[in-house]
Amino acid sequence: MDIMKIVAAGIIATILAVLLRGERPEIAVVISIVTGLVIFVFLINKLNSVMSVLKYFAGKANIDILYFSTILKVIAIAYITEFGAQICRDAGEGAIAAKVELAGKVLIMVIAIPILAALMDIMLQIIP
Amino acid sequence: MDVNLIFKIAAIGIVVAVLNRVLNQSGREEMAMMTTLAGVVVVLMMIINLISNLFDSVRTMFHL
Repeated sequence: MDIMKIVAAGIIATILAVLLRGERPEIAVVISIVTGLVIFVFLINKLNSVMSVLKYFAGKANIDILYFSTILKVIAIAYITEFGAQICRDAGEGAIAAKVELAGKVLIMVIAIPILAALMDIMLQIIP
Repeated sequence: MDVNLIFKIAAIGIVVAVLNRVLNQSGREEMAMMTTLAGVVVVLMMIINLISNLFDSVRTMFHL
């Protein structure tokens, strides 16, 4: 059972981080970063197979590859942004975390602009 | 999934904390400061590979 492993690793890392937080807070932050990275690297293999299935169905349904890759990019940006912002917030820097999230939102909007433009085109065609 | 890295970092943290305490007690504040700094740098060198690994795998998976 993979979930057991992940929960066990999370609990152990939490105990270590709490142990070190009083004495060396910077090492405790590093421990939380490393735990997140280890869990994600473990999960990315599983996610890869799901991605290939999704790609197969997108190809079968004749979805434009531009839209599909845009969705994937948005998911990736959202995940990375969330990761960084959580770490900043854990370390007590709420302001930096908010800025990181703002940057993620702006970058997602920039990527989504072509889709929005296509939608606007369709709407303008429908409305005479 | 290598949990060993978490244990390694926690061990470095505990060792640095103990060294810091001992050096502070013996009246060597500057050495204690240097130990702290060295511990942080060593830990950062350990995690920088992992972070670049994460970014690479995200990039390859989502075709960025």
